[in-house]
Amino acid sequence: MEKHLIAAATLVLLLPLAACGDDDGDGSRGGELTVLAASSLTDVFEELGDRFEADHDVEVNFSFGSSTDLAEQVADGAPGDVLATADETSMRVAVDDADLNGDVETFATNVLVIVTPPDNPAGIESLADLANATWVRCADEVPCGRVALGVLLDNAITAEPASLEEDVRSTLDKVVSGEADAGLVYATDAVAAGDDVATIEIPGAESQLTSYFVTSLEQSEDSELAQAWVDLVLSDEGRQVLTDAGFGPP
Amino acid sequence: MSRDPLGRPPALILVPACLAVLVLLLPLVVMVASTDLPGLLDQLRTETAREALWLSVSTSTVAMLVALVLGLPLAWLLARVQFTGRSLLRALVTVPMVLPPVVAGIALRTAFGRSGAIGEPLLDATGFAFPYTTWGVILAHVFVAMPFVVISIEGALRSAGTQYDAAAATLGASRWTTFRRVTVPLALPGIAAGMVLGWARSLGEFGATITFNGNYPGTTQTMPTLIYVTRQADTDAALALSLVMLLVSVGVLFALRERWLGVGTT
Amino acid sequence: MNHLELDVTVPGRVSVAMTADPGEVVAVIGPNGAGKTSLLGAIAGLTPAEGQVRLGDRDLHSLPVRERNVGVVFQDRVLFPHLSAVENVAFGPRVRGVNRAEARVAAQVWLERLGIGDLADKRPGELSGGQAQRVAIARGLAQRPDLLLLDEPFAGLDVSVAAALRIELTRHLASYDGITLLVTHDAIDALTLADRVLVIDDGAVAQVGTPSEVAARPRTEHVARLVGLNVIREDDRFRCFGPGAVTVSLARPEGSARNLWQGTVLSAAPHGDAIRLLVAAGPELIADVTPGATRELGLEPGREVWLSVKETAVETYSLAPG
Repeated sequence: MEKHLIAAATLVLLLPLAACGDDDGDGSRGGELTVLAASSLTDVFEELGDRFEADHDVEVNFSFGSSTDLAEQVADGAPGDVLATADETSMRVAVDDADLNGDVETFATNVLVIVTPPDNPAGIESLADLANATWVRCADEVPCGRVALGVLLDNAITAEPASLEEDVRSTLDKVVSGEADAGLVYATDAVAAGDDVATIEIPGAESQLTSYFVTSLEQSEDSELAQAWVDLVLSDEGRQVLTDAGFGPP
Repeated sequence: MSRDPLGRPPALILVPACLAVLVLLLPLVVMVASTDLPGLLDQLRTETAREALWLSVSTSTVAMLVALVLGLPLAWLLARVQFTGRSLLRALVTVPMVLPPVVAGIALRTAFGRSGAIGEPLLDATGFAFPYTTWGVILAHVFVAMPFVVISIEGALRSAGTQYDAAAATLGASRWTTFRRVTVPLALPGIAAGMVLGWARSLGEFGATITFNGNYPGTTQTMPTLIYVTRQADTDAALALSLVMLLVSVGVLFALRERWLGVGTT
Repeated sequence: MNHLELDVTVPGRVSVAMTADPGEVVAVIGPNGAGKTSLLGAIAGLTPAEGQVRLGDRDLHSLPVRERNVGVVFQDRVLFPHLSAVENVAFGPRVRGVNRAEARVAAQVWLERLGIGDLADKRPGELSGGQAQRVAIARGLAQRPDLLLLDEPFAGLDVSVAAALRIELTRHLASYDGITLLVTHDAIDALTLADRVLVIDDGAVAQVGTPSEVAARPRTEHVARLVGLNVIREDDRFRCFGPGAVTVSLARPEGSARNLWQGTVLSAAPHGDAIRLLVAAGPELIADVTPGATRELGLEPGREVWLSVKETAVETYSLAPG
């Protein structure tokens, strides 16, 4: 009787150890991958993340945010394996202040579109119609704002927006909630919003393309795994997912 | 320092107090130390900074006054009148205090936004809507600051007691006269404290404002909003702007404290 | 001015029926907790009560506090701390529509009458107890009330200050033609200021009469103590005798057992030329002895003594309060 008790007790005591299986990132079974990416890549990367997890038997953790913030964190040495930004400036901040494993690759582009509420209450058909509407765009300090400024300048539009939003999701949110008649967002945001918005393309917006850059990081604890992710993003499979979401080719 | 006849403050109190000072002041001190003075002055010279600062200070002041005009009567009601549901009302009135600011912004939007329950009919009828206007900023500030004003004043009214109200009544004063000539003057320190709290909360208000009103220089770009968007592009500039805001806040709060909250204290 | 007739009950506290004529000063006395302050509160309208309070042809009970025109001098004065003395006194008239300048002048006159005209601009916090009490009285009178209620007006004051104020108040009340109700626990107030005394004990009226009537024939132990008499209740009668009529001895004396008590000395204190003993002898009795006797008999707290009194020194009167 006593022997059984001791065996049972030992077993019970050992149980917790089984749970400490997989939180070291040495690349073998049960590893982790940390991807820092611009917010606009959220849906696409999460989709790719599911696939990566299935193929590589690792856990993929994402940190989505503004490219500026992420680049700063990387430059400060924050832990992570991969960085994907929505503009070159941020990537330069990360690249200049840290050495890289592998090259920086551009893997997608995004183009600006006009979105309106589904019923298009202000009857917007082109940029020129913005003058008579309550419309919003990103602030000049953020990437999508700089793109918007470029597009507006190209088309000689002088109309002022009602608000300069701090990021593209807030801009979209204003339109979706009916607080704005129109907004300038990325094509991918319009796709993600689905039936919540009506989309109007901007002729010539391709001249103000946003390019997306990806690279594996110096501080990565598993450079092979990091590169595997970059490869996935650049692959045909990755290409397909990106296109479905509304991204353009690199 | 002269001896305190009651003895030295106990270490058990001093140590946590010092820690508190450390936690509160260290970030501010380091921030000040990390800013360079020329950068600060440059920022002050830009029109966007001056506009944002003026907008912040003016909307906070107006919001504080609105919160006082609306909040003082409410505080009086909660402190002096018995009615069913009083505790519930008091709890509800303080909800904006605990709401995350963005949630407060969303709440304001669903009510007063351009497609809001009240905002849409308002827009259709008058062509005016709160979002994207300075009035909207004031509304957002009132929403988040008023609970502070109400709670402070209610506290002051309760602690003053009802004996003076009773005396005034025996002398023939109506409740309104008593309110004007007895209750309010006696509660003035508490009212002033509430106003300062409300003003300070307004000044720092960001989440509700940016969600409800957006951001546009001159009309809705308050100092916190400017700092937020500047940070995306130029962290040093954002730091300088933060310091400007810090100096203005500390300056006003310090000046106010001496004058208003000094009533009744040595 | 108006006749007062009231019959009020503050549930659980006190129930009083009484009348008073214009110009009368009625002292309301009784032990703590008897309900005196509740009675004043009911008349002023500050304490919820049932019944009626008729002043002239008005039933005050149906009126809100501010319309009753009842002046109240509160036990803790309740002067408005943020107003000066003259502003406090002017408050009543101003509230009733008198313009600021006139009210201030009238208030100043009141302050002068009470001897503190030079303190007009001082805040209550800067006044002594006696001065503040004068301001409170002035404030109560300045509103020209039909009825004036004073709650323990001399409580907390120096003996000499209270004495001086008492004399002045007598003068002012003499020239005041309304009715005054004065709550006090001090016998002297009742005896010197009042035309009539109302004794309240345990929530009900125990006795009504002129000060001398009540002092001579107290019907409650409280008043008896106040005026320094021994009162023993026997069935439906009171038997009353002064402390000077009591003989104190160590051995059981001869005489009628009816007027004999045995007990322990509780306290001994000088009282005029004599020493007044308080003895727990069944009822608590007071007896005056000479200092010499005190020494000789060793009369100190704890001593067992016998008390006796001659029947001829005992006054007997009936129960009826009238």
